[in-house]
Amino acid sequence: MTADVSRVSYRPKLLLFAAATLVLVLLALLPLYIDLYQIQLLTYGLIAAIAALGFNLLLGYTGLLSFGHSAFFGIGAYSVAFLLRDAGISLMEFYILIGLPIVALVSALLGYICVRHTRIFFGILTLALSQVVWTLAYKFFWLTGGSDGLRVARPNLLAGMFTFTGGGAFQRFISAYYYYVLAVFAICVVVMWVIVHSPFGKALQAIRDNETRAAFLGLRIRRFRWVAFLISGTMTGLAGILWVPLNGLTTPEVLYWTFSGEIVFMTLLGGFRNFTGPIVGGLLFTYLKTYAVATTEYWQLLLGVVLVLLVMLLPTGIVGALSAATAKLRPKEKSA
Amino acid sequence: MSILIIQILNSLFYASVLFLIAAGLSLIFGVMRIVNMAHGSFYAVGAFVTAWLVGRAIALGVPAGWTFLLIPVGAAVVALLGIVIEPLLRPFYRRAEEYQLLVTFGLLLILEDVIHLLWGGLPLSADPVMDALPIMRIGGLVYPAYNLVVIGVGVVAALLLWAVIYRTKFGVMLRATSQDRRMASALGLNVGLVYVSAFAIGCFMAGLGGAIIVPTQTAVLGMGIDALILAFVVVVIGGLGSLQGALVGALIVSFVRTAGIQFFPEIELAVLYLIAAVVLLVKPTGLFGTA
Repeated sequence: MTADVSRVSYRPKLLLFAAATLVLVLLALLPLYIDLYQIQLLTYGLIAAIAALGFNLLLGYTGLLSFGHSAFFGIGAYSVAFLLRDAGISLMEFYILIGLPIVALVSALLGYICVRHTRIFFGILTLALSQVVWTLAYKFFWLTGGSDGLRVARPNLLAGMFTFTGGGAFQRFISAYYYYVLAVFAICVVVMWVIVHSPFGKALQAIRDNETRAAFLGLRIRRFRWVAFLISGTMTGLAGILWVPLNGLTTPEVLYWTFSGEIVFMTLLGGFRNFTGPIVGGLLFTYLKTYAVATTEYWQLLLGVVLVLLVMLLPTGIVGALSAATAKLRPKEKSA
Repeated sequence: MSILIIQILNSLFYASVLFLIAAGLSLIFGVMRIVNMAHGSFYAVGAFVTAWLVGRAIALGVPAGWTFLLIPVGAAVVALLGIVIEPLLRPFYRRAEEYQLLVTFGLLLILEDVIHLLWGGLPLSADPVMDALPIMRIGGLVYPAYNLVVIGVGVVAALLLWAVIYRTKFGVMLRATSQDRRMASALGLNVGLVYVSAFAIGCFMAGLGGAIIVPTQTAVLGMGIDALILAFVVVVIGGLGSLQGALVGALIVSFVRTAGIQFFPEIELAVLYLIAAVVLLVKPTGLFGTA
């Protein structure tokens, strides 16, 4: 983590902007060349990337390992299901506009409790509280459908400009929804980039690296951690909101703690000490899991082995290892 | 009145099994300082091995009374598994907690599928063991005598573990390693051996928990994942790394759960997690923890 100070030239930032635009354009053009199933898979991947991006504000930048982020993802998903069933809302923008404050409220509440601790106690506390949410969804079946979950129909997009009924609705929905998710994803990336490069983001990293020193600098540590938790949970919740119309169904499984484990897994896969790590990890994990599930009955075994190997051989994740490798290739530029 | 007695017995039955799992988890944390997310899977392996052995034995015509001997065998198999796995985990003891959690989470995924691979997706049962014992009458109600055996095993396990840790030389070595592994190693203790033994004991207890409960229910996929979270609740309430804590935590969880099933079935589990969260907030080291 090199601290960029204001006297650093703007060239690297311009380069970064150009690279990001290029990736975005490529992602936007991709559906022209791949089939529908691949578009759907890529949409799932982008949603996972949003979840991991939000999660990593806490793990990578604040140094808090949450084992309860499934709660926010699931609450996002269930709020959409409730909005459709109980309020008859079928417009995606309303789902986001109403769902986000709900997720933010829950994140604020759970975060307020959880940031009293750090390290392993923080992890177990988030785990315990997310399990409370899970059992409520599981046991109050007359509200949540229990283990059957709740079905969610395809919503209308962009204030009803796009509706999906009649023949070919599924195809049209997947293609349109991909761009919808891509746009939200791009916004999330920009928002998160601004956050981690703002004074607030720098303060989080200072707290992560040395809590005592940060406290002596006058930072209100618990307040900072709380806000980070709030943002992190809300973004993961947004991923849940986006996920449910694509999946068509939400079950308590997305609230169970093993799903939190998967979010941790994807973040580590990409690398949690990098901004792009969780994005790459979320996309890659989606493909890894989908193909593992499709090819073998024993996909958990495969994922478990990958996870153990990852921790042993690539603790900084794929992006971390790649950037270390490129840094080695051009040592002169780096010292300059 | 007899309903009350049966509910108390049920709670004690459940507490014995929970104690066996949680005490192992706590012991491993106390000595190695790792939170073993795969611990519930050891419990599941114990259940599957025992159920499979009992099934084989009955098929070979072994009288049901003798199948009791297979319960410690099932637990011993899990202890052997622990002896194999512990050296593989050792490089991670000094790594950051995130990595320890992730490696043991990976181990959990692997063990879950190894169980699936070996025994398939169908539940395995070991009913003959339970049926070998008579049904007792308490007041006007009936109660299986096997459950009393389980309670007895839990009590004996607690006493034995206490005796080993506080009354033997090995226990001194264990506690010394737990308090300061560098000092223990400098004093000439074979720390590696202590690690393997502690891990094996922890696994044995988890395996015993699985082996002893399987005659009353069935071994199913995912039972380890559910048990792990409850064991977490127990050790969080009692205090990570504390033996008394595991005992008291197991009793609290069991009695609350039994009462919950009776009076507030919808939020029975939620209440347990909330208790754990409250204990963590008020006293993060748990009721008996010192670390």
